[in-house]
Amino acid sequence: MSKEVVLQVKNLKTHFTTSKGIAKAVDGVDFTLHKGETLGIVGESGCGKSITSLSLLRLIPSPPGKIVAGEILLNNKDIVKMKEEELRKVRGNQLSMIFQEPMTSLNPIIPVGEQIAETIRLHQRLPRKKAWQKAVDLLELVGLPSPEKRAKQEPFQLSGGMRQRVMIAMALACTPEVLIADEPTTALDVTIQAQILELMKDLQRQIGMSIIFITHDLGVVAEVCDQVAVMYAGQVVEHRNAKDLFKTPLHPYTQGLLRSLPNIYENQQELQTIEGSVPSPYDYPVGCRFADRCPHAREICRAEAPDLLEMNNAETKVRCFMHTEKWEAIEEKEELVCP
Amino acid sequence: MSVTKKAPILQVDHLKQYFPLKKESLFSPKQTVKAVDDISFNLYPGETLSIVGESGCGKSTTGRSILRLDEPTEGEILFNGTSMTSLRKKELRNIRGDIQVIFQDPYASLNPRQTIRKMLQEAMTIQKVMPKEQMEGRLLELMSLVGLRPEYLERYPHEFSGGQRQRIGIARALCVNPKVIICDEAVSALDVSIQAQIINLLKSMQRDLDLTFLFISHDLSVVRHISDRVIVMYLGKIVEIADKDSLFDSPSHPYTKALLSAIPSIDENHKRNRIILKGDVPSPINPPTGCRFHTRCPFATDLCKTDEPLLRPLTETHQVACHFAENLLSS
Repeated sequence: MSKEVVLQVKNLKTHFTTSKGIAKAVDGVDFTLHKGETLGIVGESGCGKSITSLSLLRLIPSPPGKIVAGEILLNNKDIVKMKEEELRKVRGNQLSMIFQEPMTSLNPIIPVGEQIAETIRLHQRLPRKKAWQKAVDLLELVGLPSPEKRAKQEPFQLSGGMRQRVMIAMALACTPEVLIADEPTTALDVTIQAQILELMKDLQRQIGMSIIFITHDLGVVAEVCDQVAVMYAGQVVEHRNAKDLFKTPLHPYTQGLLRSLPNIYENQQELQTIEGSVPSPYDYPVGCRFADRCPHAREICRAEAPDLLEMNNAETKVRCFMHTEKWEAIEEKEELVCP
Repeated sequence: MSVTKKAPILQVDHLKQYFPLKKESLFSPKQTVKAVDDISFNLYPGETLSIVGESGCGKSTTGRSILRLDEPTEGEILFNGTSMTSLRKKELRNIRGDIQVIFQDPYASLNPRQTIRKMLQEAMTIQKVMPKEQMEGRLLELMSLVGLRPEYLERYPHEFSGGQRQRIGIARALCVNPKVIICDEAVSALDVSIQAQIINLLKSMQRDLDLTFLFISHDLSVVRHISDRVIVMYLGKIVEIADKDSLFDSPSHPYTKALLSAIPSIDENHKRNRIILKGDVPSPINPPTGCRFHTRCPFATDLCKTDEPLLRPLTETHQVACHFAENLLSS
């Protein structure tokens, strides 16, 4: 594979010190983002996917949060080690972000065009008029109807879908290399979600940026992502090509997750569930974090923590003993013990 | 399903729910939000009828009007043949025991200063379900029914996870032995693995306790899984009512088609031709004339702009409100 790597995250750990102890919200995240690709980060609430995205931009409130280990390599430069000044150049120019609820990230009393123009002036030193014109152009690019009129309106005058378009326009203002989208369509209705997803795919083709798409919705991942990283309890448990992941999930957690989705094309009798609940981030078990809920768990899973290992090719990585040679060795032994 | 042959347990007849808006000045015209605008449907005993639609289509308002949490502006709601709209407060209380509700966010609907035991006991006392002496046994039974440990009775709502709270919400609805349960986005806030647990719980309870569900949701894959029949709403109107299979296999209203095609799916074999609707849902203060969907409908003609299509039967189990449903079905 000779695809160009834009962003590589190695063993990222973001911990929070609280009165209850240390919460290991992100505890060993690895993933790779290639140029022009969309990487989905999926997982259920509390798995650390949003903290991962905030860590990428170093937006973790500190204290209590801190990146305690790992590297975030953007074009081979480590964001973790950057000084505040360098960071400001990276944010917006190279790495940009959209959030779930645009209403809370837009200033409620400033016209949206003004807010985009401000971003542009901060990064590119354009005169006011030119910046405003660029803002209007951007709003047109993201498909906002009558952009000149809308640019003068305040956020409350726009609908949810329009606000999300404004956020995207703002994020694209400086043509970033990587766009981080944290649940960008979760608060929208499905027909509006379809519009926004289509828009993002379209813009990606035009601008050639890479996207990190954080979501809990596996359907959305299947629609837009090339690669997927599945997170569980602060770690990536499976990092795969999206098509393969949905066809043959390898990690038992991914398998369980896919099975518990209701299918819209078929009638099913009973949904399968994953028994038990997620371990507390204050006190992870020694072994595999999924072992207590895993139908295949064996002794080794509770005694040792599995690593995220490459399978047949570098694009497929799984954190599970089941797919190692060790597992087969145990299997034989166990069969010998209990005939 | 032959449920349609029985007498309906709940009838909604030409229900309208308007909310007046505050005037901007003394002389500005009076404006109303037509949240639900003349809808009728029947709910039959033992079935699960779902209402789907996007935000602002009036699905939750319909649920609230049935419970009379909002006073309906016009129309009639009949429970087992008796009109609910003319009931006085005391009589209403008797019926409320029969119709219970589960909300989306159980944390917002549970009293944070009551233990689970107190909450359930209070509801049972008000509804006079049974003498106090027998309650203990019933409490334990309810807890095991919804899959919670008996010692949780002494805990407060904040001590539970989202899925557990939803189980408490279900126990609270069940404790007064209702016949109908209105589930308003009851599983929407849950993670998929927890959502699957709660859906299974609802289904098994329906089987065991002979309950009737009115299931309000925006999530079509959940709706497909849980319902017998489905109502699709758009801007305060019903655009389609059908048996589940009929609706999902041959949607006849252009809005239903677009809605179904917009759902992201993990299934490679089922990549449908996506219909991307243009624009947003119009305002319910000034809904479009004629067919309310004509501003976004790819097939709209001049007729649609002026004449409102009425809900009419396509087959025995399928009703649709579109002038051109037959043509669309064949295309």
